[in-house]
Amino acid sequence: MSLLSIRNLTKTFGGLTAVSDLSFDVEEKSVVGLIGPNGAGKTTVFNLITGNYQGDRGDILFDGAAIAGLPIHRIVTLGIARTFQTIRLFQNMSVLENVLAGRHCRMKSGLLSSMFKPPAEKREEQEALRFALGELAFVGLKGQATQKAGSLSYGNQRLLEIARALATEPRLLILDEPAGGMNEQETEALVGLIGKLRERGLTILLIEHDMSLVMRACEKLVVLEYGCKIAEGPPLEVKSNPKVIEAYLGAD
Amino acid sequence: MIDAKYKMGGFIALAMLLAVSPLFLNAYWVDVLNSVGLYALLALSLNVILGDAGLYNMGHAAFFAVGAYTAAYLNTQFGVPILWALPISGISAGLFGVVLARPVIHLRGDYLLIVTVGVGEIIRIALINNVFGVTGGPNGIFGIARPELFGFRIRRPQEFFYLIWGFVAVTVFLFARLKNSRFGRALDCLREDPVAAEGSGINTGRYQLLAFMVGAAWAGMAGCLYASKMTIISPESFSFWESVLIFIIVILGGAGNIAGVILGTFLIIGLPELFRGFASARMWFFGLAMMIMMIFRTEGILPHRPRIFKNLDRLLP
Repeated sequence: MSLLSIRNLTKTFGGLTAVSDLSFDVEEKSVVGLIGPNGAGKTTVFNLITGNYQGDRGDILFDGAAIAGLPIHRIVTLGIARTFQTIRLFQNMSVLENVLAGRHCRMKSGLLSSMFKPPAEKREEQEALRFALGELAFVGLKGQATQKAGSLSYGNQRLLEIARALATEPRLLILDEPAGGMNEQETEALVGLIGKLRERGLTILLIEHDMSLVMRACEKLVVLEYGCKIAEGPPLEVKSNPKVIEAYLGAD
Repeated sequence: MIDAKYKMGGFIALAMLLAVSPLFLNAYWVDVLNSVGLYALLALSLNVILGDAGLYNMGHAAFFAVGAYTAAYLNTQFGVPILWALPISGISAGLFGVVLARPVIHLRGDYLLIVTVGVGEIIRIALINNVFGVTGGPNGIFGIARPELFGFRIRRPQEFFYLIWGFVAVTVFLFARLKNSRFGRALDCLREDPVAAEGSGINTGRYQLLAFMVGAAWAGMAGCLYASKMTIISPESFSFWESVLIFIIVILGGAGNIAGVILGTFLIIGLPELFRGFASARMWFFGLAMMIMMIFRTEGILPHRPRIFKNLDRLLP
């Protein structure tokens, strides 16, 4: 059974159909790319999966259970973490605090134990710190742990978003244009990082405009145009699909 | 590291100076310090809502009033000792805060501010109109007993000083711990970016309510202390101006910074007493100082800073 399956998903904004009768599957431990021209509805699909938007019709099944309509933080707790297209870090907090924010949903301390700090709370804090530092080391930001998140370079801010998402211990990681604003070396490193994530057993769904990254990192592509799926399959097959070429380059 | 030690030493020295100040100050100035202490409690409690969670609450006097009236009513009607009423005041104000915040919590920024202004006024007018016949109308409630601690009756300003500032010390201790915890971080995230916070797995709606609950409960307990100090409370003590004053203290001192909030209280409640001689001109200076602040130091005198974690190296994998 696939980890995520989208069934006949439809979302309209007023008279505009942003996503139309979309269905696709994401297999466990695979890397799937969602591509398409600007305005095709890719980010809308992401927002539907993560609960930021509510669909008009259709189902979203995660590990066999319907998640449409659940609050966003519940969906994160179930194991879907995301990064944002426009970076949304906690700019004035330190890099480490940003990752700890992702750790929140796996911790238990409430109001009273935060005030009175019993040993269990202290242990949990230490554990969370250790985990957060581990994720920072994983994305290569260990040295910047005490800096303000806003002071990082654009590429590093993207990596920090990934570290924050990883701290929630997700099964499915949703990356919205992870290479946006990155230079060539950074993109290269990102391809390597996606490979490492996959070795960790994570399932990844990503939107990306950098075709060289998509071709190398993904094993399946889903192509959207005007909210409809026009192609689905392995990268090479999709690349030579006439409909896809037409969508990207226009017909004669 | 050394810097932090000096800072801590400075705080302790100031706290000790404050602790012995009733020995050499006259009753009037001790009373001013008592006032500063009560406002510090109110500002610290608003700081949880406004400074930490970033929710614009301009009706904080309403929670203060609920606590004060709860204590006054319990004490005058049922003879409950005023310090026994302290937790009850906190609970009733905290519950009131949650009930009030629940329907409006989704409002952002200035919209929430307008609603809380309205709530503050509704409470004040309800108190004047003697709703349910328990508030004593415009005259308020009088004859509230002085607090008693282990058989010792607190009545002189010097004695109240230690009660109030003792409570401030406990509050600072607990709130500082709260900041450096899962709870405090969740509020920080909420203030910085609610969408990202929710997307990182934080139940933002719940934490908004909890912030209101904690802030309101503490304001309620401040209300209880206030009622016992004044022995008489009336609606005019809980006017819109009080809410504005507490709001200004937090913004000016440094939203989200406990030391900043206490410094702000001394500046805004304490300084005008020093310049009483200038009578009406002091408000003029006050306004000017606010304007300069908002242009040159928008985050307050002592702004919020990211937490510094100790001994990180030890934890590195």
